Amino acid sequence: MSEIRIEHAKKVYSGDNVVIPDLSLTVKDGSLFTLLGPSGCGKTTLLRMIAGFNSIEGGSFYFGDTKINDTDPSKRNIGMVFQNYAIFPHMTVRDNVAFGLKQRKVPKDEIKERTDKYLQLMQISQFADRKPDQLSGGQQQRVALARALVINPDVLLMDEPLSNLDAKLRLEMRQVIRDIQHRVGITTVYVTHDQEEAMAISDRIAVMNHGVIQQVGVPRELYHRPRNEFVATFIGKTNMCNAKLVHIDGVATLVLGEVRLPMSQLNSCTDQDVRVSIRPEEFIKSGEGPFEATVLDSVYLGSTTDYFMKTSFSDRIQVTVESTFEENVRPGETVRLDVNVAKINVLSADGQRNLMEGVA
Amino acid sequence: MQAKRRFDMWTAVTLVIFVLYLLFLVYPIVTVLGRALFVDGKLSLDNFAGFFNNPYYSQTLANSFAVSGMATILALLVGSIMGYLFALFEFRGKTALQILIVIASMSPPFVGAYSWILLLGRNGAITNFMTSILGLPGVEIYGFGGIVLVFTLELFPLVFMYVSGALKNVDSSVLEAAASMGCTGAKRFFQILLPLMMPTVVGAALLVFMRAFADFGTPMLIGEGYRTFPVTIYQEFVSELGGNDGFAAALSIIAIVIALLVFLAQQIVANKFSFTMNSLHPIEPTPVHSWKKVLLYIFVYGVVCIAILPQCYLVYTSFLNTSGMIFVPGYSLKSYTQAFTRMGSAILNTLRIPLIGLAIVLIVGTTLSYVAIRHRNALTRLTDTLGMLPYIIPGTVLGIAFITAFNTGVGGTGFLAITGTVAIMAISFALRRLPYTVRSSEATLRQIPPTIEEAAESLGSSKLNTFLKITVPMMASGIVSGAILTWITMISELSTSVLLYTTRTRTVTVAIYTEVIRGNYGIAAALSTILMVFTVISLLLFMRVSHSKDITMS
Repeated sequence: MSEIRIEHAKKVYSGDNVVIPDLSLTVKDGSLFTLLGPSGCGKTTLLRMIAGFNSIEGGSFYFGDTKINDTDPSKRNIGMVFQNYAIFPHMTVRDNVAFGLKQRKVPKDEIKERTDKYLQLMQISQFADRKPDQLSGGQQQRVALARALVINPDVLLMDEPLSNLDAKLRLEMRQVIRDIQHRVGITTVYVTHDQEEAMAISDRIAVMNHGVIQQVGVPRELYHRPRNEFVATFIGKTNMCNAKLVHIDGVATLVLGEVRLPMSQLNSCTDQDVRVSIRPEEFIKSGEGPFEATVLDSVYLGSTTDYFMKTSFSDRIQVTVESTFEENVRPGETVRLDVNVAKINVLSADGQRNLMEGVA
Repeated sequence: MQAKRRFDMWTAVTLVIFVLYLLFLVYPIVTVLGRALFVDGKLSLDNFAGFFNNPYYSQTLANSFAVSGMATILALLVGSIMGYLFALFEFRGKTALQILIVIASMSPPFVGAYSWILLLGRNGAITNFMTSILGLPGVEIYGFGGIVLVFTLELFPLVFMYVSGALKNVDSSVLEAAASMGCTGAKRFFQILLPLMMPTVVGAALLVFMRAFADFGTPMLIGEGYRTFPVTIYQEFVSELGGNDGFAAALSIIAIVIALLVFLAQQIVANKFSFTMNSLHPIEPTPVHSWKKVLLYIFVYGVVCIAILPQCYLVYTSFLNTSGMIFVPGYSLKSYTQAFTRMGSAILNTLRIPLIGLAIVLIVGTTLSYVAIRHRNALTRLTDTLGMLPYIIPGTVLGIAFITAFNTGVGGTGFLAITGTVAIMAISFALRRLPYTVRSSEATLRQIPPTIEEAAESLGSSKLNTFLKITVPMMASGIVSGAILTWITMISELSTSVLLYTTRTRTVTVAIYTEVIRGNYGIAAALSTILMVFTVISLLLFMRVSHSKDITMS
C-alpha cells in the first residue's frame, strides 16, 4: 500500500502533440481516486503513465517515497484492470488468477491458497476450471479484479472497467468494486467518463479536460461548488445563463432578467458581468415565485418531470420537479418559479472561476 | 522517451532478423545487380541492351505477358463464377468438390503440364483415342494454348478460395435489399456482388499473375517453341556453352523490376476499391430448379473434373507396367519400387528440407510480425518491408541470386559458401514463404488486444515470458494452420530448387522434373502420386487444425 504522488507530469505524443502539459496530484494511501473527463482528456494516458505502459516526457511519479519513472511495468507491483478485461483466453480462470503469483515464484501451496481466497472473495470459485469464453462480461471482470488483487499490489489501476457492461451489471459491479476496495484498503486510481459512476464510487475525483485538472475534490464539492463552467456542466445537468452582479445599498445582488436576488455572500466582489449555474432541481414551482416562465415542453420520467421553459433571462431552461399524480402543465401555459438561492453558483464572465469559492 | 532509449530484447531480436535479411536477401540481389551492371569491371548497360535489342530474347518477355495475362483473365473468370455458384446455390457434393479444387491447386504446376502432355500430347492418351478411333484431327496442346490451359486450371482455385472468402463477408441483407428494389439475377451480380468482390478479385489477380509470370516448369515442358521469360533466364544461367551469367543477372533484374511495377500498379488499383464489410448474416445457399440445375451441375462438376483430371491420370499411370522407360501392357508396382530405390533420398529430402525451412519461417515469421505490429519504429518497419520483398522476386531469380552470392562464400571469402548444401535450399524456401506467413501472423496479432500483454506485464511477467506464455499461445491456431500451408507450398517448390539442388539435396519435385525431362514417365508418375499423398494428408491435417472445410488464402 502506498500513496501516489505525481509532480509536473508531462506527456507528448509523436514530437509536438502535447497531451498533458503539466499535471500534479496526490492520491492518499488507501483511497479510491477517480480521473474523470470526456474522451480524449488525457485520463487514460495519465493512468497508463502511472502503470508504465506510456513513456513519461517530464515530471516525477512516486509510489510512496520510491520514484518509479524508469521502473518497468512488471516491477512496479501494480494491479491493473482493463476496459476489455484482458483475460488470457487460453488459460482457465484459476490459471488467470494464479498467473501473477507464478511470476513471483510464490510456493505452489501458497499460490493455491491465495488464489482460492480471491476466487471466493469475488464469488467465482465455481468457474475456477472454466475457460474465460464461457463466462459473462461481469464474471470476466470479477476474474480480472481477482487477478489484479491476488498479487497484493501497491496500487490498483482501473481503466474504465465497467464501460463494456450493460446498465444493470454496471451498477452491481460498481458496488463490488467499492466493497472490495474498502475491504482490501488498496490505493486505487480509477478512470471513467461516467460522472454518475465517479460520484458513486470515489473518495476523491479529479475532473480533467485537455490534459489539465479542472478541479479535485470529494464528489459533493464537485457537484455543489464546481470551480468553473466546465466542471459545472460536465458534472450533472445545469442551466448556464448570463447575469449581472451589482451592489444595491452595499448588498451584492444578482440581476437575472428582471429579477434581483440578494447574495450577501458576494459582498466583497466588484460589480461585473457573471455566468450563473442553476441546477434544474433548484428551481421550485411556486405561486409566489419571482420568475415568470412559459412552458415549452415537458418530459415525464416517473419520479420526476423535466420541464423546458422560456424565461426573461434565458430562452430555454430546464426545470426538474417531483411528479405528482394530478399535475399536468401544458405547453404554452405560464407558471411562476422560485429558486434555491443558497445553491446557485456565480462564476466569472469567462466561466473560469467560481466567485463563491471558499464560501459555504 | 525513456522507453525508446532503452535497448530492450525486441530491438536485439529485430536487429538479428534485419542482419539475416541483409545477408540472405539484400546481399544476393545486390550481387546480381552488380553482375548485371558491370561488364569486364566497367559499369555498362550492355547486358540490358543485349536483351532489348535482340528480338529472340525480348520476344520472350512479350510471350510471358501474353500467357500470364490470358491465364489471369481466365482464372479470374472461372474462379469467380465457381465462387459465386458455391456461395449462392445448393448442390450435392460441395465439400468433396471444394477439397478436390484445393488438391488441384496444391500440386506443382509443371506436374499438371506434363500430365496434360500425357493426355493431349502428340502421343497422348486422349489424342490417340481421338485420332485412331474417332478419326478426328489431334489437338495442339503445345505452346501458348497449353501453357494458358495449365496455368488457368492450376490458378483458378486460388481465385475461387479468395472469392469464397469475400462472399462469406457479404451480408445476405445486402442481396435482399437489392432484390426488394427489383435488382435480381445477373443484374444483381454485376451491380451489387461484383463490386463487393472487386477488392478481393484485384488482390487475387495480382497473386495469379505473379505466379504465372514467375513459373518456370510449365512453359519449359509444354511451351516447346513458345519461350517465356523465366525459361530464358534459367537457360541462360545453366547453359553449359557460352552461358553468360552477367546476361542472366540482367534478365533477373528485369524480372524483379517488372514484378515490382505490377505489384505497385495492383496496389493503386486495390486502393480504389478498398472498403470494409462486416457480415452478421452470411449468404445462405438456395436450391435451384429445372434447366438451371442441369447447367449448374454440368459447369461445376465439369470444371472440377478437368482440373483434377491430370492428377487422376498420373495416379493411374503410376500403376502401369513399365519396361525400361516405356509403358507396357498390364499393371505393376514397378514404378514405385524404382522410385523408392532410386529416389529414396529425394523423398527423405522432401521431408527434411521443408521441415528446416518451416522452422525458420515459424521463428522468424512470428517474431518479425510481432515486432512489426507491437514495436513499430523505423527499424522494424524497414525489416518488415524487406521481408515482403521475396513476394515479388521470381523463384528462378532467387535461385540465381543465391548461387551467384554464395558460390564462393560472401564476397568470395569462403564464409557461408553454402551452395549445394541443405542449408541454402532451406533458407531459400523460408525466404520465399516468409511474406505470406508474416502477413497472416500480423493479421492474427491485430486481433489480439495489446492490453492482454500489458495485463501480463502488470502482473510481473517479463517481456520474453509474456511473448512465450501469452502471445504465442494466443496466436497458436493461426500459426499452426499457416505452418501447414507453408509446408504444402514448400514440398511442391520447383523454380528455386531446380537451380540449387545437388544429388544430395534433390527433392521429390526436382526428381519428378528431371525424370520427366529424361522421359522416365513411370517413376515421375509414382513420385507425383507420393507427393500428392503428402499434400492430401497435410490438407486433411490443416482442416482438422483449423476446424474448417475451406481454406482461405492470405
